[in-house]
Amino acid sequence: MSTDEMIVTGPGLEMDTMFVNLGPQHPSTHGVLRLGLTLAGEVITKAFPDIGYLHRGTEKLMEARSYAQCVVLTDRWDYCSAMTNNLAFCLAAEKLMAVPVPPRAQALRVVMCELNRIASHLIFLGTYGIDIGAFTPFLYAFREREMILDLYEALCGARLTYNYIRLGGVAADVDADWTSKCREFLEFFKPRIDEYDTLLSFNPIFLARTKEVGLVSKEAAVDWGLSGPNLRGSGVSYDVRKSEPYCGYEAYDFNVPVGAHGSCWDRYFCRVQEMRQSVRLVEQALAKLPTGELMAKGVPKIPKPPAGEAYAHVEASRGDLGIYLVSDGGVAPYRLHVRAPCFINLAILQEILVGKKVADVIAVLGSFDIVLGEVDR
Amino acid sequence: MKAEGSGKNEPVPAKHAEAKPAAAAAPAPKPAPPEPVLNRRHGKLLTETRYWPTEIWRNPWSLPRYRAGALWLAGIVLGIAAIGAGVGELAAWGEKLLALLGRSGLPPVAVAWVWVLVKLTCVIGVIVANGLWAVWWERKISAHIQSRMGPMYAGGFHGWAQTIFDTIKLLLKEDVTPAAADQVMHLLAPIVAIAPCVMAFAPVLFGDELAAARIDVGVLYVFAFASISVIGVVMAGWASGNKYSLLGGLRAAAQIVSYELPRGFSVVPVIMFAGSLDLAVIGQAQAGYWLGFFPRWFVFYPVVGQLAFLFFLIASVAETNRTPFDIPEAESELVAGFHTEFSGMKWSLFFLMEYGYVLLASFLLAVFFLGGGAAPLPHPAFIPAWLSIPSWIWMTSKAMLMMFVFLWFRWTFPRLRVDQLMDFNWKFLLPWSFANIGLAGVLIYLHLQGWGLR
Repeated sequence: MSTDEMIVTGPGLEMDTMFVNLGPQHPSTHGVLRLGLTLAGEVITKAFPDIGYLHRGTEKLMEARSYAQCVVLTDRWDYCSAMTNNLAFCLAAEKLMAVPVPPRAQALRVVMCELNRIASHLIFLGTYGIDIGAFTPFLYAFREREMILDLYEALCGARLTYNYIRLGGVAADVDADWTSKCREFLEFFKPRIDEYDTLLSFNPIFLARTKEVGLVSKEAAVDWGLSGPNLRGSGVSYDVRKSEPYCGYEAYDFNVPVGAHGSCWDRYFCRVQEMRQSVRLVEQALAKLPTGELMAKGVPKIPKPPAGEAYAHVEASRGDLGIYLVSDGGVAPYRLHVRAPCFINLAILQEILVGKKVADVIAVLGSFDIVLGEVDR
Repeated sequence: MKAEGSGKNEPVPAKHAEAKPAAAAAPAPKPAPPEPVLNRRHGKLLTETRYWPTEIWRNPWSLPRYRAGALWLAGIVLGIAAIGAGVGELAAWGEKLLALLGRSGLPPVAVAWVWVLVKLTCVIGVIVANGLWAVWWERKISAHIQSRMGPMYAGGFHGWAQTIFDTIKLLLKEDVTPAAADQVMHLLAPIVAIAPCVMAFAPVLFGDELAAARIDVGVLYVFAFASISVIGVVMAGWASGNKYSLLGGLRAAAQIVSYELPRGFSVVPVIMFAGSLDLAVIGQAQAGYWLGFFPRWFVFYPVVGQLAFLFFLIASVAETNRTPFDIPEAESELVAGFHTEFSGMKWSLFFLMEYGYVLLASFLLAVFFLGGGAAPLPHPAFIPAWLSIPSWIWMTSKAMLMMFVFLWFRWTFPRLRVDQLMDFNWKFLLPWSFANIGLAGVLIYLHLQGWGLR
């Protein structure tokens, strides 16, 4: 008998529900998310995610910025994976301006985006471990992420908000020192992923906490518009890098890992396997780094794209990040809309949390890996 | 991109940087812009100025610091052994002290009371010193497990004085009682929690015969007192006037009461083997060696010993509210559980209690399963007898080893969910500890039939 059936109703037997606030200040809500939970005993009967605590209005701000200045603002959406944000905006703007990007810049974009995917998934792995109660994987993950940030700092001077991918190319070049350091990191990192598996992924306690929890069916995942590892965890093999390749992803050899059941563990393990694929991608890109220009010719300092609209989307670390850009021929975008994967992934919480125990909320919430900077923008 | 890039694998950074101004087709020969280079500090790539753990992973012994650390460790172990050999049995020193007291001219009643006070002071000293030591040790071990350094400054050598300064800080901190709290209960809770911990140490052996009190039913006594502390924990949760604290306190009560059962039952085989509830008898029952070199510890008794050891270890971890059973203090759910609303010395009393119980469990594990004060190998004939390492060193070493296991668990495992925790106890641990008692009976029967272990 499930707990739901045990709720007895009848005259004189009235059961009160309790309203609990989870967040915006709580050790494990991953930023300033507020979850309003209505409880009947231990079971959740209603859940709503309340967002907007980190709203900075970047979409509106961009209407008053030149295209080059907009790239700076994109860094601030998903601050764990700023490179892919840069890339999404630049792809849309380049589509408007019809600028061909030189091959070396293309390859460097792939290297940087995949490194950033690793860094972003490492944050997920560490914080998810803390949500489940394992503290040590967090420091391991951040140790490796630190190395990626060092590489980025050497590359463009910034550790979090890079502004590295620019309209028509990339900002800085890499040299032999950098590539050798990057290879050193990759060699160090590959065995570390196996270490995470032995420490956390296949830990019986971790499996017990996540394997049967937070199930999202294939249909529900598509219906709610999930994307990224959350969608692939449910067994749908959809990846923008495969379906609509950009930056020459069609030339690389990599797999799209998918989960089996759509549980928290599947979403988690999808990300772990994606790190392996990202390592492969970076290795391939470094091996055949073409020579040539970094910036496309003919991109003015203050570009004025012809009037029109463009949509470009990339496979960001947390899903399908799309930019819809409308230009009226002026210096600033007429309108910019972001299809933010975190925002859309968050919506499903109100469905799948219902009927769960309170103790599972943290495990489910953590497994969707939201970044509030992107949810609220 | 593929066609261009496939032939040239080497990145050539410097060349096309110069090509850029030419491409801009400037009319006048402007001074060439500085060549764009990667961010460097003192001519080095930034990544080379930072610590990357790649080298230590490839070959740790190539680092001089690593070799020096191994030498330090060996030196410390030898030093402890030398101190032990020099001091000899502490129980003998106690006898001398008692004899000295007896000759002091005090009436026998006064001597008895003074002697009790001396022993009480020693036990409390052990518990407090253990708090200082265990916090530092836990911080160091967690740091090294997580590839950090831990405290390194206070006191000079690897931050040895860190917890002393922490204690001073805690003593000077304001003692806050929340407005919603029950004032009296809030004050009493830490006292009720720590007092049984001190009392439970009375029959605990620190060496072969080194204990504050020799109690015939020592095992029962220890378990009885150790389970009183949960009242303090529930009081703390209830008196705080905080939902999270209350939840933590109640969870702690449910957990500790549940895990008392398998903890008690897992020791029954040991009691059956030793034939006594007296800790000293249990310790001495494990003296001696099979085939002249293999210690006759209860943990080495086939199947039964290992199972009992594991059950007792798991139940002890749950009793002390440590990961993977730290539901009452689950940080990601309950903030800090029952001690959320405590500060200063009240809070540190709870911590003293936690580490006190870890120490208690470690010593119990050493006595029940690891042979107590017996050496793991017989004393070699070529070493003179006065150089032998006394039992209190062996006992403490074994206890510290077990304490390390506790810390190791904490920094390795995730946390179970409440219902999983209870399922594990009632559906796995308890039935199997019953079964283990049956197995112990079979083992003893076989022994009586002449298949003997001895």
